[in-house]
Amino acid sequence: MAEAELKALSETIQNRFGPHVLSLEIANDELTLEVDPEFLLEACLALKNEPSFKFEMLMDLCGVDYLEYGVSEWSTTQSTSEGFSRGVEVAFPEASKASETLENSEVSEVSTSKTLKTSWQKPRFAVVYHLLSLTHNHRLRLKTFPKADFAASIDGEHSQDSYIRVPSVIEIWNSANWYERETFDLFGILFDGHPDLRRILTDYGFIGHPFRKDFPLIGTVEMRYSAKNERVIYEPVSIEPRTLVPKVIRDDNRYL
Amino acid sequence: MADIQNYTLNFGPQHPAAHGVLRLILELDGEVIERADPHIGLLHRATEKLAESKPYNQSIGYMDRLDYVSMMCNEHGYVMAIEKLLGVKPPIRAQYIRVMFDEITRILNHLLWLGAHGLDIGAMTVFLYCFREREDLMDCYEAVSGARMHATYYRPGGVYRDLPNQMPKYKPSRWHNKKEVNQMNTNREGSLLDFIWDFTERFPKRVDEYENLLTDNRIWKQRTVGIGVVSKERALQLGFSGPMLRGSGVEWDLRKKQPYAVYDKLDFDIPVGKEGDSYDRYLVRIEEMRQSNHIIRQCVEWLRQNPGPVMLPDHKITPPSRVAMKGDMESLIHHFKLFSEGYCLPPGEVYVAVEQPKGEFGVYLVSDGGNKPYRLKIRAAGFAHLAAFDEMVRGHMIADAVAIIGTQDIVFGEIDR
Repeated sequence: MAEAELKALSETIQNRFGPHVLSLEIANDELTLEVDPEFLLEACLALKNEPSFKFEMLMDLCGVDYLEYGVSEWSTTQSTSEGFSRGVEVAFPEASKASETLENSEVSEVSTSKTLKTSWQKPRFAVVYHLLSLTHNHRLRLKTFPKADFAASIDGEHSQDSYIRVPSVIEIWNSANWYERETFDLFGILFDGHPDLRRILTDYGFIGHPFRKDFPLIGTVEMRYSAKNERVIYEPVSIEPRTLVPKVIRDDNRYL
Repeated sequence: MADIQNYTLNFGPQHPAAHGVLRLILELDGEVIERADPHIGLLHRATEKLAESKPYNQSIGYMDRLDYVSMMCNEHGYVMAIEKLLGVKPPIRAQYIRVMFDEITRILNHLLWLGAHGLDIGAMTVFLYCFREREDLMDCYEAVSGARMHATYYRPGGVYRDLPNQMPKYKPSRWHNKKEVNQMNTNREGSLLDFIWDFTERFPKRVDEYENLLTDNRIWKQRTVGIGVVSKERALQLGFSGPMLRGSGVEWDLRKKQPYAVYDKLDFDIPVGKEGDSYDRYLVRIEEMRQSNHIIRQCVEWLRQNPGPVMLPDHKITPPSRVAMKGDMESLIHHFKLFSEGYCLPPGEVYVAVEQPKGEFGVYLVSDGGNKPYRLKIRAAGFAHLAAFDEMVRGHMIADAVAIIGTQDIVFGEIDR
């Protein structure tokens, strides 16, 4: 989309939503609007129906977990002589309880050395909507950061758990149905008003939300056929987590 | 008299007409479907999470495995997202090669769709016809990348290598003597471009053959006309894209409306349906094959006249040549760094959409400045289509469920990801 069109659309949005706009920026030829979850439905309705927006289609809806945003696995600015150990350093020991049951304790010994220094200021989770208008041929990225809702927990035992809730846009765009189920499945974000919020991609009876950054890549359980029991059984994973290539972040202009 | 109750039927997970591993729970009233609940995820490999743990280039191969019948189009979306965030543009020749292979891929996909869809609803012959032409196109894939399906040919900054000057030839064997082999090699004497050109000369006649078999076929029409009708409004509401959207009469094609690569320099038309039923979607896809053929011919003509680089010379993101690497220290370091650590993208986020044969293939890439994607979300066209399956199938018979799965052009690699 042309630069001028983007600016015009951005101004229209600013004028229409005024104080509700938490941020509105143009980057990489794309417009991103951030609103509060409480204002989300109102904004979506306006964006879909008002003649100057006419976003008839919701192309994509997904969650993002910003827990490790800007955290590198290997800092090489000071010294490179120490090398990189391929054993994964677990940044979130509480999340990897399952791996502690393993006999191999070496992994968890190394694991404490990684410190979490994310520069992320906003809430941990985001829900991102990609809207498309066929009438005006423009796109918009709509973002909302739901806050963890501790008060909503009903069960006394699980009062540590928080519920992350966003209103469902399924009434506005019907295509949100499966996307919201997917986001719930992978990130554990709850969509208020969704009629059928079940898991969709993971296995029947799966525990956890695999796309959260504190969920190990190798998972927590593995499945095999047990000849003794004559059925398929689940066991804690027996493989060690490994990092093949460390994540590095270079701000150095030589690299770009 | 006892009440006759609805009953539920389990369809799949493994069913020849399910186009992969789809499990359907169908609630039936007699033979009429009241409700359908697709259970997906049986092929879920968490591609997006895997991509978060590797440098950018190592995930290109995963893109082939998403929609494994339109391999290179998926790669195109992914490398374009990286290029957009890096702020680089591949050389013009690379863009033409990409467009040419995108369209080859489109024909490949539509041929498989046509064959499999025909097979599902009782037209056996067309399957064999379609696979005859697919073979030639698979050979093009092989000639250029060495792999018949999972090519990993597109790279950020261009395509991995230029088009070969000669096609691989058949050799005499126990099954084919020298005379037969010479016959088989007649269109393989020249370069890859000559081979593709020869294909495009033949192909329109082949499409006529498919149409002879199907378009006016009474049985074909009985199985497709008025099946799975989706109105314009519903198609938008359900997030349809590609031929599913155009079949419902919406003139929308990203190649025209939001052109990427060199599509704005090429001449082609967008076919649009009227009724929004399976038959219209069939006609749309048939016409798309003819248009793709037309685009390929324009690309071949351009590529013949305009030699040039196919990769950017920026060795921070593309590998240096093998020869340079052996003699030059700097090139060796570049090579080592690129294949071990990869390259870092500036922090930011992009959403790039390409018109893949099934619809809009979107790549949402979030980078935090590292050498791996922070978050990669793939918007698969089939996901939205299958989500609408329940609505499309209500009130139809069981046999039509198969016709509707077919018309949606479902591939589970991209739906389950």
